[in-house]
Amino acid sequence: MTERSAPASSPSSSGWLSRLLMAREVSLVGLLVLVTLGTAAINPLFLSFGSVRDLLLNVSIIALLVVGQTLVLLMKHVDLSVSSTVGLSAFLTGSLFVAYPGLPVPLALLFGLGLGALLGIVNGLLVAYGKVPALVATLGTLYVFRGVTYAVVSGGQINASNLPPSFLGFGTGSVLGIPNLVLLALAVLVGFAYYLRSYRGGREYYAVGSNSEAAVLAGINVTRRTMTGFVLSGAIAGLAGVLYLARFGTVDATAGTGLELQVIAAAVVGGVSINGGVGTLAGAGLGALLLGVMGSALVTLRAPGFYQQAIQGALLLAAISIDMLVSRRAARRLQEERKS
Amino acid sequence: MNRFKGLLGWEFSLIVLVGAALLIGGLLSPDFLTGSNLSFLTANFSEVALMSLSMTLLIIVGEIDLSVASILGLCSAVIGVLFAAGVPMPLALPAAFVTGGLAGLFNGLLVTRLGLPSLAVTIGTLALYRGLAYVLLGDRAIAEFPAFYTNLGFGNVPGTLIPLPMALFAVLAILTVIVLHATPFGRALYAIGANGVAARFAGLQVERVKLSLFVLSGLMAALASAVYTFRFASARADNASGFELSVIAAVLLGGVSIFGGRGSVVGTVAAVFLIGIINGALTILDVSNEILTIVTGLLLIGSVLLPNLLTHFRTYQQRRRIQGDSVIQ
Repeated sequence: MTERSAPASSPSSSGWLSRLLMAREVSLVGLLVLVTLGTAAINPLFLSFGSVRDLLLNVSIIALLVVGQTLVLLMKHVDLSVSSTVGLSAFLTGSLFVAYPGLPVPLALLFGLGLGALLGIVNGLLVAYGKVPALVATLGTLYVFRGVTYAVVSGGQINASNLPPSFLGFGTGSVLGIPNLVLLALAVLVGFAYYLRSYRGGREYYAVGSNSEAAVLAGINVTRRTMTGFVLSGAIAGLAGVLYLARFGTVDATAGTGLELQVIAAAVVGGVSINGGVGTLAGAGLGALLLGVMGSALVTLRAPGFYQQAIQGALLLAAISIDMLVSRRAARRLQEERKS
Repeated sequence: MNRFKGLLGWEFSLIVLVGAALLIGGLLSPDFLTGSNLSFLTANFSEVALMSLSMTLLIIVGEIDLSVASILGLCSAVIGVLFAAGVPMPLALPAAFVTGGLAGLFNGLLVTRLGLPSLAVTIGTLALYRGLAYVLLGDRAIAEFPAFYTNLGFGNVPGTLIPLPMALFAVLAILTVIVLHATPFGRALYAIGANGVAARFAGLQVERVKLSLFVLSGLMAALASAVYTFRFASARADNASGFELSVIAAVLLGGVSIFGGRGSVVGTVAAVFLIGIINGALTILDVSNEILTIVTGLLLIGSVLLPNLLTHFRTYQQRRRIQGDSVIQ
């Protein structure tokens, strides 16, 4: 702790300033302001209380999921199965409420966490112990979990009328004007951001993704770290499933389909490298917010719904391309500095 | 040599499994082993079969194309939109092939020129191309195609029960076997997949080869789109959604390594038939679509997990034997 407070008075303040301007987060905030003000200039309703609230509620689920995805991406893996976990958790939690209408909300959240963790264990076992590439393993479980959901749902649906008012109230409620879901997502995001930054366990995610062989030599238990990452990603997705149910009230077997794409896009736009070892949760959260604002701006500006998917794909491609060009330039500069 | 033998063993077991699946299907339902059912069943996986050929080549060089089903949807939309606008089919079809080729070229350029991972690129274009299909066609369905073309889709080779698309697949599969296993180009693919850097030093045009395979993948998806559109007599933006999983599952189950450098067309073809026959048998037994999804997902995971566990088990046994020997000494 004392070590960290020392450099504040050191003469490297100009380096600190340039680093701040260089940071991915700053350019994201700039872009965010630009898109928001631009859209608001065309349609002032964009900044109305109701529309901002809706936007934040929608983003909070993606922002939550991006935390787990970042943990996995940092280790050079990927979790494509999150959307299926969200769907299964949302539907089973709904069924639980149908069976026990008096179920307290915290228990429902715990149920989602536990169920998600179980599904995460399946992914973790396949990747960490079965040595199945994460892409193949989670693409497989994406379909298996979704198939299980279809089998369980078998044409049924959970409606808001099946859910107790206390749970629906939790989904739409707020504390001091800030919606509950946003607070929850923010708490998870900040908690994990601090953990990744300042704890040995958190730093290990970066070490595993940068160079897993070196990480082994450094005494890191890579297998266990990988397992933990997938279990956390699953647990967070399970929690997100409960929130999805609380937010929308209605879920069927297709709930959450395609979310994995938005989550990965948000992480990559936020500066989390798909090659592992690089990225922050602050960036990933801002990436989620930026994509949410852009999506909602498109709706406000009355772009047809059919354009949404194409634009999302193009954004993801642009993000990874820019990421690659920037990191390549940084590597070249580093090499030149070393030569001189 | 040892590895080659192991691969032949894997392909042989797949062929045995195909026979077993046919037999079990026949025992469970008397309608299963009839000529017309087998004909219908094979026609049902012709698009996956076609796309699995180019996917085999791509995965052997260590790349992947997750966007194939979206390219199929986009090409299908192109055929539909042009035909609905009054463009005659002999012009609409080439337009679909140009679209597929360009889509593959775009994937390939992003991978080879910018050096981006093909997984990330094709997750992006999976959304982009499917989105473009929706932009073109919305949620309309174009269905009024001339009988000549729809007959090409669900007709049989005259005088036989072999579906026309499968006859096309057979020709292309034989061509792929020859190219992959009997030409310098085919050998180059294994070299690139096994070690791209070494292959570059050996004078192979790694980037150009990869680019051409991505274009080929787009063209195969265009061909599959024509088959799909005519077979179902329907051009829709969501045609063949999710087919990428079946294609990749077939290739990996066929023994092609996701890390590149290993695999054969025979393995892929056997795996395509295995998945297709299992799906067909489950369908005739009235097993729901959900179970089919689960089975395909499990096959995908199992095809990579089982060989891994087997290797692990073998090295474990070897180590124990060595330890046992040293104890005796």
